[in-house]
Amino acid sequence: MAEVVLRNFGWRHAGRRSWAVRGVDLRIGHGERVLLLGPSGAGKSTLLAALAGLLPADSGESEGTVEIDGEGVGLLFQDPQTQLVMARSGDDVAFGPENTGVPAAQIWPRVSDALDRVGFPYPITRRTAALSGGEQQRLALAGVLALRPGLLLLDEPTANLDPAGGELIREAIARVGTTLILVEHRVEQALPLIDRVVVLAPGGGVAADGSPEVVFAGHGPSLAEQGVWVPGYPLPRHRAVATPAEALVRGEAVAVRDRLRPVSIEARAGEALAVVGPNGAGKSTLALVLGGLLAPTSGTVTAFADPRPPHRWRAATLTGRIGSVFQSPEHQFVTSRVADELALGPRRLGRPAAEVRATVDELLARLRLTALAEANPYTLSGGEARRLSVATALATAPRLLVLDEPTFGQDRATWIDLVALLAGLRDEGHGIVAVTHDDAFVTALADRVHDLAPAAPDPLPRRRRA
Amino acid sequence: MTLLLQPVADPSAPLARRNPVAKLGAALLFSLPLIATLDPLTPALALAVELALLPFFGVRFGVLARRAWPLALGAAGILATMVLFAADRTGTLLASLGPFTVTTGVLSGALGLILRVFAVALPGIIVFATIDPTDLADALIQNTRVPARFAIGALAAFRLVPLLAEEWQMLTLARRARGIDAGRNPVARLRLFASTAFALLVGALRRGGRLATAMDARGFDSGAPRTYARRQHFRPADTALLAAAALTSAAALTTSILTGFFHPILG
Repeated sequence: MAEVVLRNFGWRHAGRRSWAVRGVDLRIGHGERVLLLGPSGAGKSTLLAALAGLLPADSGESEGTVEIDGEGVGLLFQDPQTQLVMARSGDDVAFGPENTGVPAAQIWPRVSDALDRVGFPYPITRRTAALSGGEQQRLALAGVLALRPGLLLLDEPTANLDPAGGELIREAIARVGTTLILVEHRVEQALPLIDRVVVLAPGGGVAADGSPEVVFAGHGPSLAEQGVWVPGYPLPRHRAVATPAEALVRGEAVAVRDRLRPVSIEARAGEALAVVGPNGAGKSTLALVLGGLLAPTSGTVTAFADPRPPHRWRAATLTGRIGSVFQSPEHQFVTSRVADELALGPRRLGRPAAEVRATVDELLARLRLTALAEANPYTLSGGEARRLSVATALATAPRLLVLDEPTFGQDRATWIDLVALLAGLRDEGHGIVAVTHDDAFVTALADRVHDLAPAAPDPLPRRRRA
Repeated sequence: MTLLLQPVADPSAPLARRNPVAKLGAALLFSLPLIATLDPLTPALALAVELALLPFFGVRFGVLARRAWPLALGAAGILATMVLFAADRTGTLLASLGPFTVTTGVLSGALGLILRVFAVALPGIIVFATIDPTDLADALIQNTRVPARFAIGALAAFRLVPLLAEEWQMLTLARRARGIDAGRNPVARLRLFASTAFALLVGALRRGGRLATAMDARGFDSGAPRTYARRQHFRPADTALLAAAALTSAAALTTSILTGFFHPILG
């Protein structure tokens, strides 16, 4: 186990005017388990990178000192896809020990030990590509633990995982006995894993430090204000003000081979419909079909009294009627300016320039993006990118909006904004279809819930024995 | 994509078990000398040897046929080109297609080229069907002193390739969702393709950057001497495989010279 001492630590990335993190004084003792909080931009990730030794001296300017007493440092990132190096699970865990020159005879016992510590249920020859997101993240954690770090750093380790995957990785983290620093928005789920909370202040320094009870009693409201998911703060609910009107799109026994079993579903004007169901049930596929982006392999989709199904419409016609918001906002960006992103849809519909400008300005203001109008969409934060991707779908004023996991990985402030925006659209008579894992979202907004039947159950994985 | 990258051979076959670097080297030593001649006999002999060795590499004929079918397109192309453009129209007249006369000379020239394409390409296809990419990277590092930085880096990048197909589909659908389609206009199609490809590239670079950081965090390329969890050995049998490949190829060329078929590509 390791002890960490930061004295007046600061870091400024090369070419930036402001400090990413500054004035941090912190002592973390052997075996302490710390939750690191702070609004986005307070420098949480930079601090973790500094502790992991991932800030080369020539990539910026540093201030103060960082001392880590004890064995090495391990860092687990958000995205399991970009942490796995090898094709076979065991080889991937062995990658770190190989790099650090652990004698060959000790590598495989270490691999086996690390896999046991995270509860990895498969043989070491299991293909990493065949694992679910949560299993891949467990494997990535085993790869970090195989280096026997005294200090374990976790940078939003569940942000890219569905609830079941998140639970898998939290279970694994709970078993780890090292000194631990965790960055996580979802405080309630992180609480059982930690015994101390440190809050970074946006302007530099430490805003609060102590046991969870003490910190949340003193700083709960301001943290919630900054977007942190502090437990015990109720969320607004938005009930529909009117009864739903006519059906906008109707699917009869639509199915997509290998991805979606036959389902009949209807989305109505003035109604928010939530589509829920376990992983692999085909929720995202259904969103693509209803959004007119994917042709079903059987069944029929009818929409907007058009004799042709939506997937046969020209793209411009489609965006005037149905707007789709993808799970990953970056997929949808096609220009290099936020304002151009919003102007694109209305321009392709042939709207006059003055009207396009008015639409863009209104959406920028409504989604608090006005200050970012000139920014490149790829440089936005997660919350800003999500708001922009919703705004692009709204720019052509479609009657129906289809969203795939709109609240995924969002902080509390963006979450509340989004739900209020969608509720407002519904009350104006738009139809909303949202595919979601987020129970709070369903409670806050949905007028009707469609539960997709689970896929055929997987046989339980047999316990691995090395 | 994954289908093409996975080894599909029986790993216990006697030649499949050889060191991956030795197998690659043998394929090169066998194929390269065949390029020296334009006659049909040398590649025919080489092909006979290649097909006879197939079971020793544990590769079934069906698997080979599936992987080699693009070569058949090449062969058809060669035949069409020779019928249309061959300068040498000697030999017996076989058929007359409008202005094009098909003679035995044209056909034997085409046959020589087609055999050559197959003879030169098959060793590589056979050998790759028996090589696991991880084993190849291990052998390159341990037996040929290729820096781990390159071999493991390439291996890790390789693992991300199948994700690109998924990413491409999402990007295409997302563009349609944004109101962008090309309809039947070929110029618009090309522009849409280019912009999607660019987005794919940007995404791939961002992902590659994240992977590189994660690898750094696990001590990759930190200057410390690496150890090997999996050993690859270069044994006398591997040396013998290399020698046999060079000798067999030389024997095919010698036969062609002695029988008067040899037709050097230069001169």
